[in-house]
Amino acid sequence: MATVHYPETEFGDLHRRLFILRVGLLLVVALLGLRLWHLQIREGPYYRDLSENNRTRLVLLEPARGLIYDRHGVLLANNVPSFSLYVTLEDVKDREALIQQLSTLLGFDQALVRKKMTARGSKLLPRKIKDRMTLRDAMLVESNRLDLPGVMIQVESQRNYPGGVTAAHLLGYVGEVSADQLEKPEFVDLHQGSIVGQYGVEKSYDRYMRGMAGQKNVEVDALGHEKKAVVVERPQAGNDLYLTIDVRLQKVAEDLLGGEYGAIVALDPNSGDILAMASRPGFDPNVLSRELTAKQWVEIVQDEGRPLNNRASQGQYPPGSIFKIPMAVAALETKTMSPSSTVFCNGGYQFGKRLYHDWKASGHGYVDLHDALVHSCDVYFYTIGQRMGIDVMAEFGKDFGLGKATGVELPSERAGIMPSTAWKQKAKNEQWLPGETISAAIGQGYVTVTPLQMASLVGTVANNGVSYRPRLVQAVMDRTSGNLQELPAVPRGKINAKPETFRVIKDALADVVTKGTATKAKSSMVTIGGKTGTAQVAALRTGPEENIPKKFRDHAWFVAFAPVESPKIAVAVLAEHMGHGGAAAAPLAKEVIETYMKLAPQVPAVTSDLSGVHRSERSAKDS
Amino acid sequence: MIDRLTEHRGLDSFDIRYVALILAILGIGVLSIYSVTHGQKGGMAPYYLKQLIWIGLGAAAFLVMWASDYHQLARFAYPAYAVILLMLVFVLFEGRSSKGAQRWIALGPFTFQPSEFAKLVLVLVLAHYYSKAPRVGWLQRVIVPGLLVLPGLLLILKQPDLGSGLSFVAVYAAMLLMVGVRSQALGFILLFSIMLFPFAWEGVWGSLHDYQRQRIMAFVDSDYDLGGKGYHALQSKIAIGSGELLGKGLYGGTQSQLKFLPEGHTDFVFAVFAEEWGFLGVLILLTLFVGLIWLSLEIASKAKDQLGALLAVGIVAMLCFCVVVNIGMTAGMFPIVGIPLPLVSYGGSATIMTMAALGLLLNVKRKRLSLFY
Repeated sequence: MATVHYPETEFGDLHRRLFILRVGLLLVVALLGLRLWHLQIREGPYYRDLSENNRTRLVLLEPARGLIYDRHGVLLANNVPSFSLYVTLEDVKDREALIQQLSTLLGFDQALVRKKMTARGSKLLPRKIKDRMTLRDAMLVESNRLDLPGVMIQVESQRNYPGGVTAAHLLGYVGEVSADQLEKPEFVDLHQGSIVGQYGVEKSYDRYMRGMAGQKNVEVDALGHEKKAVVVERPQAGNDLYLTIDVRLQKVAEDLLGGEYGAIVALDPNSGDILAMASRPGFDPNVLSRELTAKQWVEIVQDEGRPLNNRASQGQYPPGSIFKIPMAVAALETKTMSPSSTVFCNGGYQFGKRLYHDWKASGHGYVDLHDALVHSCDVYFYTIGQRMGIDVMAEFGKDFGLGKATGVELPSERAGIMPSTAWKQKAKNEQWLPGETISAAIGQGYVTVTPLQMASLVGTVANNGVSYRPRLVQAVMDRTSGNLQELPAVPRGKINAKPETFRVIKDALADVVTKGTATKAKSSMVTIGGKTGTAQVAALRTGPEENIPKKFRDHAWFVAFAPVESPKIAVAVLAEHMGHGGAAAAPLAKEVIETYMKLAPQVPAVTSDLSGVHRSERSAKDS
Repeated sequence: MIDRLTEHRGLDSFDIRYVALILAILGIGVLSIYSVTHGQKGGMAPYYLKQLIWIGLGAAAFLVMWASDYHQLARFAYPAYAVILLMLVFVLFEGRSSKGAQRWIALGPFTFQPSEFAKLVLVLVLAHYYSKAPRVGWLQRVIVPGLLVLPGLLLILKQPDLGSGLSFVAVYAAMLLMVGVRSQALGFILLFSIMLFPFAWEGVWGSLHDYQRQRIMAFVDSDYDLGGKGYHALQSKIAIGSGELLGKGLYGGTQSQLKFLPEGHTDFVFAVFAEEWGFLGVLILLTLFVGLIWLSLEIASKAKDQLGALLAVGIVAMLCFCVVVNIGMTAGMFPIVGIPLPLVSYGGSATIMTMAALGLLLNVKRKRLSLFY
């Protein structure tokens, strides 16, 4: 048997020590309890929040962007499903390793991925790293998801333009909202990775088509993989646009320009509806709506043809003889000339020390206003320009919308220049020189216009002075209400001129085509009125046109309307470096007009029955 | 007659409150293990079933210990210690490693962790040492037992198993305090530890694995890297804190169910329980532990001899240390050192050892009652 070696006192000491141990134990347990009370009760709500943040991620549900149709409901832009790769930084342990993995697995550009990962934005929100992934790549990511914490594949809608290059400048393209854009108030409800229109009506109608992002609360595990999702807010699809263009006419116009640089604008003078607006060279918005590499961007931006430039609304050219139309109106209205009064043209106009040439060196002889327009006599207009002075000319030019943007719903529209003494003082801080009035009288010198302005100008004349703001969108389909809202034409005012004035000028313009400078525009189908123009590119010219390098050759202009009796279409054609308008531009205008007249019987505006078709189509899609 | 009385008293010693407390704590453990691992797929048996098997084996160990005589057991203290030391050496060369530490010996499909059993053997060794003869003078009281502790401690630290190593020191310190140390000796110890601290620190710090250093650093600077070193500590605090008063309910613990909380069924099982059952559940569990320790101390104070008392104190000290350090580390009060919560955490060796130790405690009580026979 074991013996107690220690004296009783020592053993009694043990009891005392055990008592201390008990007290100590209770103290320690109390301390633990206090700590747990602090964690669970005092800071409980804080930790509850943290645990909620831990497990839930707010994922934005991208809205379907509104569709774009032409005036007859032909689809121009839609959305197709595509795979995008998102990364939630919160769930990524080692960014560099992930970048490495993505690059070896999918061949992603490391620098690009790194840039996206370091861009500003919430760590908790998934950010888009790559879109338009192939199905194969998406599957590859899915099958490796355990090795890729924080990575997820989302099926999204990708903008698609079935027509490819057709109407590219009008439609524009979409792209991720840029960091600069995000700073602006109109993009306030967007986030990094949101798709917005960057050009064309995609940009100008972005607010209509963008829709509203929805939200989905996703419960994730520690690797950031989705376990359970609750849709908090459904995304709201953007509204659809019905453009005024007829895509068939648009195609014809684009094909007419072919490989040449230039622009064709056709509009309905009775409403301002743009029926076609072609600009060449063009681009494929499908490509631009994708993520471009820096190299691709440089290629596009440095392309000498400047394919992103919409020459119809952004190209500014001297109007050349087209300017004689407002000049003629001015001359009659200011009574500088009567329709029958004549000017003698001997092939030149002496002003001071300088002789201003007529395009026809032998001269036109005695010409009245009608003949001056039909044969585009320069001396006649030098004379009346000199008589009226630049400020009167500018006043009428402005009435026709020169020197200011038409207000068409396209971004970066240019205004051109309608010079005046005040303009020169302001722009160049110089005195207006009398000789400059003479150049301006035939649309050279400082005067510049856009093809759109010219189409609008000839349309205004065709419509006897009544003008409408050129427009591209005739109706918007509200996705939430399902209502098709037709947008009314926007009257821009009426030129205060006698009906007689327009009759005289339209007669003359009709004769330009029948027997004047634009007989190549003569049509057996429809009566056409028009005016040729040549925009000088280089001031000094020697020898025949063919010997001049192409980039120094003149631009060819032609504006037209048809039918002369009750105009339904107004056209402006600008062909860069193609020489004389009558030869190069007039046939194109004729083609456009004839095509339109052939299509004309089937040209009702967007009607309710049309929208009915699309509504049923859409409801099938939404359900 | 006397025999029957003894029998009766023997059964009487099978304290029903004591056993009920143990079963209640074990139940909480199985429930939490079940909750946190119920969704796991895989060919192996579910953790809670395996834990039930460990508990079954533990119950057998408990009964064996209860039925034996601690005086007989104490005689085998040194040989048992020698065997354990051999096992620890074996582990260093042949052991299974997991998470950078070699602690396990493979036994067929199971693994066996000698360092857990080393704790119990150490209690036995120290109790035996102090009770065998009056140990007087600081050499006999402090240095010699210290030298007894040292080889086991070094081998365990070498694995490295910081948690078990600290338990070793805790048991030694508790025993030392119980037998009483003269203030002079205490002063020496303090002096020596302070003087040796830089060397010890270098040695200890240098012997630590990276993850251990990181955990300790994370403790010192707790919230400095949420995704990295402080991750475990923070996730554990979030789990406990977010349980609030009533908890999130069974399976409701998002921290553990969604695997934000690592080691939910082992070292961090307390956080799982606290998340799902809240502060109320925590109070109940703490009360159960305090009750168990209280009864154990009762046994220690009423032990019929020095050996029994020291055994009881050693076991209680071991139990207390593990409970306090485990809860403290999950609640972010201590660095994460990897100590399981006795009777609650999943683990064969620890469960069997703890239950055996508690059986031994009850044996101390039984022998007290059988003193008069």
